Amino acid sequence: MVKKHKRRSPGMSVQIGKIGMENPVMVASGTYEYNEVTKELIDIKQFGAIVTKTITLRPREGNPLPRTCETYAGLLNAIGLQNKGLNAFLIESIPSLKKLRIPIIVSISGDTAGEFKELAGNLAEREEVAGIELNLSCPNLTNKRLFAQNADATYDVVCQVREMTDKTIIAKLTPNVTNISEIARSAERAGADAISLVNTFFGMAIDIKKREPKLGNVTGGLSGPAIKPIALRMVWDVSKKVKIPIIGMGGIMSGEDAIEFIIAGASAVAVGTGSFINPNLGIEIIRDIKKYLSKNNINGMKQLTGSLAERS
Amino acid sequence: MIQAKVKILSNIKAGPNYYRMTLACPAAAKKIKPGQFFQVRCGNKSLDPFLRRPFSVHNVDKKGNIEILYQTIGKATVLLSDKKSGDALDIIGPLGNGFEQRTANSERRTSIIVAGGMGVAPMLFLAERLVHRRQTTDHRKVIVLIGAKNKKNLLCEKEFRSLGCDVKISTDDGSKGKKGFVTDALKGLLNANRYTLNATLYACGPSPMLEEIAKIAAANKIESYGSFEEHMACGMGNCYGCVVKTKKGYKRICKDGPVFDLGEIEW
Ligand SMILES: Cc1cc2nc3c(=O)[nH]c(=O)nc-3n(C[C@H](O)[C@H](O)[C@H](O)COP(=O)(O)OP(=O)(O)OC[C@H]3O[C@@H](n4cnc5c(N)ncnc54)[C@H](O)[C@@H]3O)c2cc1C
Ligand SMILES: Cc1cc2nc3c(=O)[nH]c(=O)nc-3n(C[C@H](O)[C@H](O)[C@H](O)COP(=O)(O)O)c2cc1C
Ligand code: FES
Repeated sequence: MVKKHKRRSPGMSVQIGKIGMENPVMVASGTYEYNEVTKELIDIKQFGAIVTKTITLRPREGNPLPRTCETYAGLLNAIGLQNKGLNAFLIESIPSLKKLRIPIIVSISGDTAGEFKELAGNLAEREEVAGIELNLSCPNLTNKRLFAQNADATYDVVCQVREMTDKTIIAKLTPNVTNISEIARSAERAGADAISLVNTFFGMAIDIKKREPKLGNVTGGLSGPAIKPIALRMVWDVSKKVKIPIIGMGGIMSGEDAIEFIIAGASAVAVGTGSFINPNLGIEIIRDIKKYLSKNNINGMKQLTGSLAERS
Repeated sequence: MIQAKVKILSNIKAGPNYYRMTLACPAAAKKIKPGQFFQVRCGNKSLDPFLRRPFSVHNVDKKGNIEILYQTIGKATVLLSDKKSGDALDIIGPLGNGFEQRTANSERRTSIIVAGGMGVAPMLFLAERLVHRRQTTDHRKVIVLIGAKNKKNLLCEKEFRSLGCDVKISTDDGSKGKKGFVTDALKGLLNANRYTLNATLYACGPSPMLEEIAKIAAANKIESYGSFEEHMACGMGNCYGCVVKTKKGYKRICKDGPVFDLGEIEW
C-alpha cells in the first residue's frame, strides 16, 4: 500500500519547544472547535497545530448573556470559560482530535496554581497531548486575580506545571499589564518553552438607549483587527527580551497580518476571531506565507522570524 | 454545508422595513431543513459591520433558489437591502439543526405554527414541508397563527393561505385580525378545540413569546418546539457566545439549535 504523505515544504516548518510543526499557523484557544460544522468548512489537518478551548478541572457554566458584542473592527467577548471540565474533555474530545494527526496543544486554566498543576499532571500522562498552554490571562472570571498580571504569580504557576511534565509548556499572557516583557521573562525563567501573545484586551460597550452594558458580564475581552497594532508591538517588545519562541496573535485577518507578526519576532501565529468571518483564513495564511518565502528567497521560517529591519 | 459567493437574483421590498432576497444556491438548497439558517457577510470586504449575520431560510424553490426575508434594523441589514440583483453574496450554511427532525411522527398530528413578528421568516418553509407531507395522508391540519404589531407589519399571510394553511391573525392594535397577542390566540384555539391531544407546536418569535408558549404547551401537555435567537459571533459552534439556558446547562443556539424543545428551556 502506498502511504499518503502530506505535502511537505521544509521552509515552512517551525519548532515550538518539543513540538515540530509543519507550518507556523495554529488556531487560537477558544475560537475553534472540531465539530460536524467546522469539519466541513475548515481543513484543520493543514494547520501546524491545534490549541483547544481552555479547560478547567471541573465543568464551568460560563457567563450570563449577552456574551458577545461586535465593535468597530472587533469583537468583545465574555464567555466565562464555559467548558465541560477535564474528565469529559479527556473522554469526549481527545479521541477525535487525535485522529487529526497534528499536534494537539491543550489550553488549561485554574483559580489556583494548584489547579494548574493538577490539570497538567493529568495531561502529562496522555501521549496524544503534545503541549500545554497555560491560560494565565483569562479576563472573564469573577475571581479578579489574573496570574499573568503579576510576575511572581506567573513564575509560580509555570514552575509548578514544569514539575509535572516534560511536555512543551506555553505561557499565554494578558496584554492588560504595564510591562509585558517583565511577565514574559518571568515565565521563561520558570521554564516555559514558549510564550503566546496576546490574549484579549479588557473592554466594554454600552447600550445608550437602556444605559446598560451590552455584555452580561459588563466588561469583556476585545479581539479582532482593532487590537492588531498593539498586539504586534507587544510581540516585538517581548521578542527582544526572551529567547524562547513566541506565538503571535491578535487581529490577524490575512497573510500579510501574519507575516507582520513573524517579522516582528513571532515563530508561529494563531488565528482566532478572523476565522469566524472567513473560516478558510488559516489555510489562506499558510498559502500566503509559503508564497512570501519563495518570492523573497527565504529558506526557512527562522530567517523570517524577527527579521525586522531598521528604516532606511 | 458550504461557504460560497452566491448570486443575488432579486432583493425586493416586502413591507415598510422588510425585504425578500432570492439567492441562486443549488449546491446547498437540496439539503436544507426548515429552521436552518445562513451566516451572511453583509458588508463586502470592509470591517464594518465586522461579523457575519444569521438569516433563516424563508423558502427554497425547485430550481435551488433560496429566499430570505429580513427586516432592516441596523448596519448590516441596511447594507443588505442596498444589494442589487446580480451582486455576489458571501454565505455559509445551511447551519443549525432545523425543525424537520421534529416532524417525524407528525402524520397523525395537527401542526400549529406560531409566528411572532420577524418570526414568520423560517415558518413559511416549515409550513410548506408540513403541508407537503399532508398530501400523503389526510389526518392532519396545519394551523398558522401570525402575530404582528399592526396590519402594515403583517407578513406572509397570503403565502401561508396559498399553501392551504388555516391562517389566524393577531395584531397588537387590532388593525387586522384579532386584537391582542398571538399567544392569546393560541390559548383561545387550544381552549376551543380538542386538538390538544394530538397537536405539535412550532414557534418562532421574541423570547417572551416563546416563554409564554412554553407555559401554554406545558399546561395543555402538548409538544412544543421553538427557534431561538441570540447574537452570533461565529455561527459554527466555536465561540460559545450564542447560548440559551436549558435544563442541561447552556446550549449553543447556532449548533445545538436554533430549534429547542420548549420544555427543555430554563426561563
Ligand atoms: C438563527 C437566527 C435566524 C435569524 N433569522 C432572521 C431572518 O430570517 N430575518 C431577519 O430579519 N432577521 C433574522 N435574524 C436576526 C438578524 O440576524 C438580525 O436582525 C441582524 O443580525 C441585525 O444586524 P444589523 O447589523 O442590521 O443590526 P445591529 O446593528 O447588529 O442590531 C440592531 C439592534 O438589534 C439587536 N440585535 C441584533 N441582532 C440580534 C439578535 N440576533 N438577537 C437579539 N437582538 C439582536 C442589537 O442588539 C441592536 O439593538 C436571525 C437571527 C438568528 C440568530
Ligand atoms: C470567543 C472567544 C473565546 C476565547 N476563548 C479563549 C480561551 O478559552 N482561552 C484563551 O487562552 N484565549 C481565548 N480567547 C482569546 C484568543 O485565543 C486570542 O488570544 C484573542 O482572541 C486574540 O486573537 P484574535 O484577535 O485573532 O481573535 C478567546 C477569544 C474569543 C474571541
Ligand atoms: S455563535 Fe459562536 S457558538 Fe454560536
